[in-house]
Amino acid sequence: MSDHVHPNHHLDDDHGSHGSLRDYVIGFILSVILTAIPFWVVMTGAIADKSTTALVIMAFAAVQIVVHMIYFLHMNTKAENGWTVMALIFTIVILVITLSGSLWVMYHLNHNMMPMTAHDMGQLP
Amino acid sequence: MTATAIKTELSQPQLQAAFYDLNEHDHPEGGSTMLGFWMYLMSDCLIFAMLFAAYGVLGGSFAAGPGPKDLFELPLVAVNTAMLLFSSITYGFAMLAMEKDKKGATQLWLLVTAVFGASFLAIELYEFANLIHEGATPMRSGFLTAFFSLVGTHGLHVTFGLVWLFTLVVQIGKKGLIPANKRRLMCLSLFWHFLDVIWIGVFTFVYLMGML
Repeated sequence: MSDHVHPNHHLDDDHGSHGSLRDYVIGFILSVILTAIPFWVVMTGAIADKSTTALVIMAFAAVQIVVHMIYFLHMNTKAENGWTVMALIFTIVILVITLSGSLWVMYHLNHNMMPMTAHDMGQLP
Repeated sequence: MTATAIKTELSQPQLQAAFYDLNEHDHPEGGSTMLGFWMYLMSDCLIFAMLFAAYGVLGGSFAAGPGPKDLFELPLVAVNTAMLLFSSITYGFAMLAMEKDKKGATQLWLLVTAVFGASFLAIELYEFANLIHEGATPMRSGFLTAFFSLVGTHGLHVTFGLVWLFTLVVQIGKKGLIPANKRRLMCLSLFWHFLDVIWIGVFTFVYLMGML
């Protein structure tokens, strides 16, 4: 930016954060670790209990998503006067409602329906 | 009485100025592109939320067909994940080169990213071909329909990301690192890293939890 005028200067200021080399390397190392551990846990069966394993790998996924958001997507509360974060929070709310709602409703639907065998289905009018 | 007093105090242009932004300040070209693209990504995120929800609901409906344990090969998925992770950091290097206005280095890192992205796609297509060859087609069961929809949609996104990436390599070659191209690179950066975030969900919920 030494000799030429930069017409979109404010763009760089708003988003200032393309991240530095340090950010990318930290993000990469963290995500390698956070990916390797869940794969290792599942592939070696290090934790005997299935639901504990599921909780552990979900926790690792959640942390890794946050790491990607910060180090690769350069999320911060200041960019675009906070509108990116607002949009993200809104999306997460919708996402949680959609996922938990679908699973909850469909689980109970399956639970409450009468079990039907192939023979029963043949008897349907 | 007080209301009229206020009205008379304000002259006509002042009144208008209170309601409309009369002296609109200059909006430089592309000033709102990044926020708009972020909105697009969030809506894309909701598409994936629906696909994840469908997988969550149908993931156990095997219709007496093969289940995750019969089909998935975790070492292959691990290699695939590594490809996407490598492509993420090489895209980061492209962005760093762009910031320093190094045209050649930017293009080079973009092409390295494309190699990793293409490897990811090739491995995924190999996996899909194997599944279909074994008879585990999307028509086989609710689980496989949901699986192919979710993973296939992600793969399609990567494909379009690659098309976009090659377009930008050519654009940079022709016009250099002009502000418009930088803006496009920043959008693709968000898109590419976003796909990596979605993949975290895919390998955790579909592959790893399927193998439990």
